Amino acid sequence: MTDAAVLSVHGLRVSFSGRPVLKDVQFELAPGEFCALIGANGSGKTTLLKAILGLLRPEAGEVRIDAGASAARIGYVPQKISIDPYLPLRSRDVVALGLDGARWGWPLRSRVRDARVQEMLEAVGAMDLADRRVGQLSGGQQQRVLIAHALVRHPRLLLLDEPLANLDVRSTAEVVTLLRQLSLQYRTAVLLSAHDMNPLLPVIDRIVYLANCCAVSGKANDVIRTEVLSRLYGYHVDVVRVHGRVVVIAAHEPEEIRAALARDPVHTAEIP
Amino acid sequence: MSLLEFIFPPGFLANGPVHTALIVGAGAAIVSAVVGVFTVLRGQSFAGHALADVSSAGGSAAFLLGINPLLGFLGVAALAAGGMEWADVRDARERDLVTGVMLGVGLGLTALLLYLDTLRGSTSGAAIAVLFGSMFTIPASIVPLALAVAGAALVAIGAIYRPLLLSSLSADLAQAQGAGVRRTGLVHALALALAVSLAAMTVGAILSTALLIGPAAAALRLADRPGRALAWAVLIGWAATWGGILLAYDSFYWTPGHGWPVSFFIVMLIFIAYLLAGLVGRWLTPRSLERPA
Repeated sequence: MTDAAVLSVHGLRVSFSGRPVLKDVQFELAPGEFCALIGANGSGKTTLLKAILGLLRPEAGEVRIDAGASAARIGYVPQKISIDPYLPLRSRDVVALGLDGARWGWPLRSRVRDARVQEMLEAVGAMDLADRRVGQLSGGQQQRVLIAHALVRHPRLLLLDEPLANLDVRSTAEVVTLLRQLSLQYRTAVLLSAHDMNPLLPVIDRIVYLANCCAVSGKANDVIRTEVLSRLYGYHVDVVRVHGRVVVIAAHEPEEIRAALARDPVHTAEIP
Repeated sequence: MSLLEFIFPPGFLANGPVHTALIVGAGAAIVSAVVGVFTVLRGQSFAGHALADVSSAGGSAAFLLGINPLLGFLGVAALAAGGMEWADVRDARERDLVTGVMLGVGLGLTALLLYLDTLRGSTSGAAIAVLFGSMFTIPASIVPLALAVAGAALVAIGAIYRPLLLSSLSADLAQAQGAGVRRTGLVHALALALAVSLAAMTVGAILSTALLIGPAAAALRLADRPGRALAWAVLIGWAATWGGILLAYDSFYWTPGHGWPVSFFIVMLIFIAYLLAGLVGRWLTPRSLERPA
């Protein structure tokens, strides 16, 4: 592990009931780096994030987190959660729980605690949502509050699981810009998963591309190339640029995918 | 007869069984309300009901053996709650099935034990007391244990207050933050066992759900922050319980010699509070704050 790395994943292997999900995943993340974790649905993005969080035990390999960013101090925004509209938590309560939600006992209000919550709500532009029940906010608004919840302890590493799913085009752009800006402001390394890399390409420093249980990582331009991704998938794929968008398509589907396709035509949509 | 005498009939405040009912009832109402808020938020209302039904086997065994019925309810409820958390069924459908089956087993055992009790005592008093509550026949000797149980449940919920809120927001989030999701679940389940045992002592095992879920459900329509939700739930549960005791005492004078069951009045008052909370809650929530479509 490079001394400077906040996160270093080495030879990570995870299986579910004998079926490998991640076989040999390795990459590193430097402080303040903004990194997209790209892969089709079911490629193991959530699994990788959970392994980094220590929520599941890998079969082999290791996840090393810089001491200053110990496991309990990783910020985390889970995949789209459905929040009960009657949950009696306002946005500011949710952010406060990010500060000390794991502690025992009744929370004591303090000026310091209130100020940190306030600061974080301002940083994500959610001051106007502070006193509203979080379950009654829109998806994009909830996303902002959950980001504030994750960042309120100023973690050195922030993981987000599909934060752009279910957001409309405008909210997507807003959340991406916000995350980039927060990562610069707090020097937080950000690893966010997405199945569509296009909204992220203009802002990311690095990309980790998951396919076929393995990963390649590097600058987006070095990774999103026909030779690199074909080697990763284990069969020929084409990287096509149309109207400023990048699309990865499989020219000749291998047998197993063709068989899956015959069973369920929707399957093609899952090959990015 | 003055109005005051009409509301507080002669002897009400000087009556021993009434005192016991007021104290044990308040304890049960407060604890059920506090635990109930979290039970509702965790989507475990059915588990709460099942726990009470299963505990009725302990209550009826205690009647048969002639020991303190609260101990019977408590023992079985705590065992069932521990078992439920230990089994750790994550899938919601599967959990409902297992809960439903266990509920049946508990009530089946209750049927047997209460039948044996009627053979011995040849009255149906125990059956009514266990299933539907009989507040004016609660022995005064139960008060210290009831208060201890209430205190323990409140301390337990206070200890895991923040992890409970965090995991009702998202279990994944709580786990990632190191909030000990399983430990939180276990402590909540044990507090739930204490709450339903107390409630079973007062309004009966079957109706204890009303005391657990009703005030909490009403409170969640009124309050937008956790402390206030707990305060509303306690207020509603407590007021309904004391109101119910008073009305039941009054009812001795409506139909001379035949008082109506306390449980009936308590449950009705909670129902009215729930309806009112729904109306007030709708009025409190401006259109702009309603859930986006």
